[in-house]
Amino acid sequence: MCLAIPSKILSIKGNTAEIDVGGNTKEVNITLTPEAKVGDYVLLHAGFAINVIDEQAAEEIFDAWEEAYAALQK
Amino acid sequence: MQPYRNRDYAHHLLERLQQEATRPVSVMEVCGTHTVAIARSGLRELLPKNIRLISGPGCPVCVTDDLDLDLVIALAKEPEITMATFGDMMRVPGTGSSLLEAKSLGADVKVVYSPTDAVALAVANPDRQVVFLAVGFETTIPTVAVAVEQAVQQGLRNFSIFSLHKLVPPVMEALLTDPEVRLDAFINPGHVCTILGTEPFRFIPEQYGKPCVVTGFEAVDIMEALLMILQQYNQGRPSVEIQYKRAVRPEGNTVARGYIDKYFTPVTACWRGIGEVPGSGLALREEFAHLDAHRRFPITVTPGKRLKNCSCGQVLKGLKLPYECALFGKACTPMKPVGPCMVSTEGSCAAYYRYGAQRVGGAV
Amino acid sequence: MSKTEQEQVILLGHGSGGTLTNQLIRTVFQEALHNPILDEMLDAALLDLGQGRVAFTTDSFVVDPIFFPGGDIGKLAVCGTVNDLAVSGAVPLYLSSAFIIEEGFPLADLRRIVASMQEAASAAGVRVVTGDTKVVGRGSADKIFINTTGIGVVPPGRSLSPRRMQPEDIVLVSGTLGDHGLTILAQREGLSFNTPVISDCTPLNRIASAIMEAGGDGVRCMRDPTRGGLATTLNELAGQGERGILVQETAIPLRREVVGACEMLGLDPLYLANEGKVIAVVAPGAAEPVLAAMRSLPEGQGAVAIGRVTESGRGLVLLETELGATRILNMLEGEPLPRIC
Repeated sequence: MCLAIPSKILSIKGNTAEIDVGGNTKEVNITLTPEAKVGDYVLLHAGFAINVIDEQAAEEIFDAWEEAYAALQK
Repeated sequence: MQPYRNRDYAHHLLERLQQEATRPVSVMEVCGTHTVAIARSGLRELLPKNIRLISGPGCPVCVTDDLDLDLVIALAKEPEITMATFGDMMRVPGTGSSLLEAKSLGADVKVVYSPTDAVALAVANPDRQVVFLAVGFETTIPTVAVAVEQAVQQGLRNFSIFSLHKLVPPVMEALLTDPEVRLDAFINPGHVCTILGTEPFRFIPEQYGKPCVVTGFEAVDIMEALLMILQQYNQGRPSVEIQYKRAVRPEGNTVARGYIDKYFTPVTACWRGIGEVPGSGLALREEFAHLDAHRRFPITVTPGKRLKNCSCGQVLKGLKLPYECALFGKACTPMKPVGPCMVSTEGSCAAYYRYGAQRVGGAV
Repeated sequence: MSKTEQEQVILLGHGSGGTLTNQLIRTVFQEALHNPILDEMLDAALLDLGQGRVAFTTDSFVVDPIFFPGGDIGKLAVCGTVNDLAVSGAVPLYLSSAFIIEEGFPLADLRRIVASMQEAASAAGVRVVTGDTKVVGRGSADKIFINTTGIGVVPPGRSLSPRRMQPEDIVLVSGTLGDHGLTILAQREGLSFNTPVISDCTPLNRIASAIMEAGGDGVRCMRDPTRGGLATTLNELAGQGERGILVQETAIPLRREVVGACEMLGLDPLYLANEGKVIAVVAPGAAEPVLAAMRSLPEGQGAVAIGRVTESGRGLVLLETELGATRILNMLEGEPLPRIC
């Protein structure tokens, strides 16, 4: 299951955060991601943030393939 | 996240896959969202012939057993009950009808987006018994656990859940031990692993020697994952690797898992098309029995007849492709689905039907 | 019950045909919609249609909620019927409007709806010339339903039909898709999210005539992709024209917010309704002038070419995906339900 899409936390009030999903805003429950801060990207599923997204880790793997790609072009 | 949709990069990955796919390999995607992503992007037709993608159990909606659903529909028809459900479940057929049909005949069925919306429904309608139809894999279960916690904290007497939750690792093990099933590697469900991390999947390389890669949902994610799988496969070093690093940490989400453990306990569950799998379902723990709709509203129905001629069992096990089923596109369509694979948009038959993977080759 | 209260809500008596009905017609409908033909107050409007074939269409409107960002059920009821006439190549002229109202409906809301009908009618250059009102008991209808029927005239010599589509014809759309459908979804109970997107509800007769003026005989057919969205409408065209249609996924204009919300709800924007967009299929040579004409109007600013007609794949709509693969784009199957998987 499992549609879950990245959205940015705009503000936090208790267990509720206002998030931006592609230019729309929605209130979501952040009980499952107590570490989430304003400005973080979270994965949204069924009205909940289920994880904080690690953009750096995302870049890492992309960079690895990019290097391979670059090497191939030479 | 633009790079994940970059066409040039995708073509580069396809070239790499061509180089690595030196012998036939069957890879099962366990998650329906992957099935849809593959169908929507048209990826299957671009991949090297040596790579065979098998659509596995799919989504928790389509694997909901028809006899379980008969109970849910019977319960929804009770006058004091408001059945709250994710939209996905509305069209899923029991042996006789669906929640959508029950609703049009007067049952009080409400579509909610979040389990906590069902709690809010109970608060707003104190004279109604609100039952939340709790389906979902590990991705969704923690959100239901939080809803249960809210109901406990607020002392709600008119809220309960009907748990038909399913767990992914036990069904993967069941597939691996099935002598009929031949597969070489798994594309692991990214969002399930967001919660579970990699540990619960280590038995796959360690006991069964199969590679598995935790994968994101863009076409490019899937291609990257296939490349990682081929490298593991070719080098003979099966392991659990994470391609979907932006969303999955090796340890998963420990807070969310804590919620699952606090409220639920594993039970045997019946999967449509696959059958009973020990330890693959979840029920509320004894101390929360008062929130368990199974116990609060003991409903019995005369068991209906299971579906005939439906090949979903074989499709789910990767033994048949959707269009190899006699019912596909004829007696069984997304509007009037027969088996689980046609039921949800994520079901492999629905994805094949919708995105026409079987016909496109001849049509252009 | 005091008189002021009576004025505040619709009563069963407002549909009885007696004094209250008369009062309602005079003070609400005629007040807003008046024109010489309506003002005759005959049992039937008498129309002089002049030359050309008569285009005749009807549609009922049951939208929930009745007021939404970018419009309301009244504006929708006028635009919906005007647009069906306009994309058929007709000049829309006259509308009827029939109301079924639930007892207790606020009179102020009815006034607002009728005013918005008048505004849309005057923007489209059509007149509401006849009408009817029925009031039903509480619970027998959901607030208000409106039926409009429209009459227009197709100028002699003009004939639009999907059967005129030829291979290599170009498929144009007038702007971003799914805006209306998403706006309505965002208002639904339980899904509440805030979106800057508003309904695109607007009359299309001006852009339709601009398309025909610029493209002449090169304009094969037009459609407004309402319920079922772009995907369903293209399938209708392909089926009726017995041609294939190949669409470039990356060329389809979608607002970022529509894409984001659809991902959140598990919906496909190509199946969401539009109420102010036109699809035009034109000969290759007509594409540039027609696009320029569309873009010169506010309702066509975002016009682009999204695909072409093909000889093969009769009745099928194919989508070339971002990766360069092709897949079938099917019709809508049932009502789109928000989902989590």
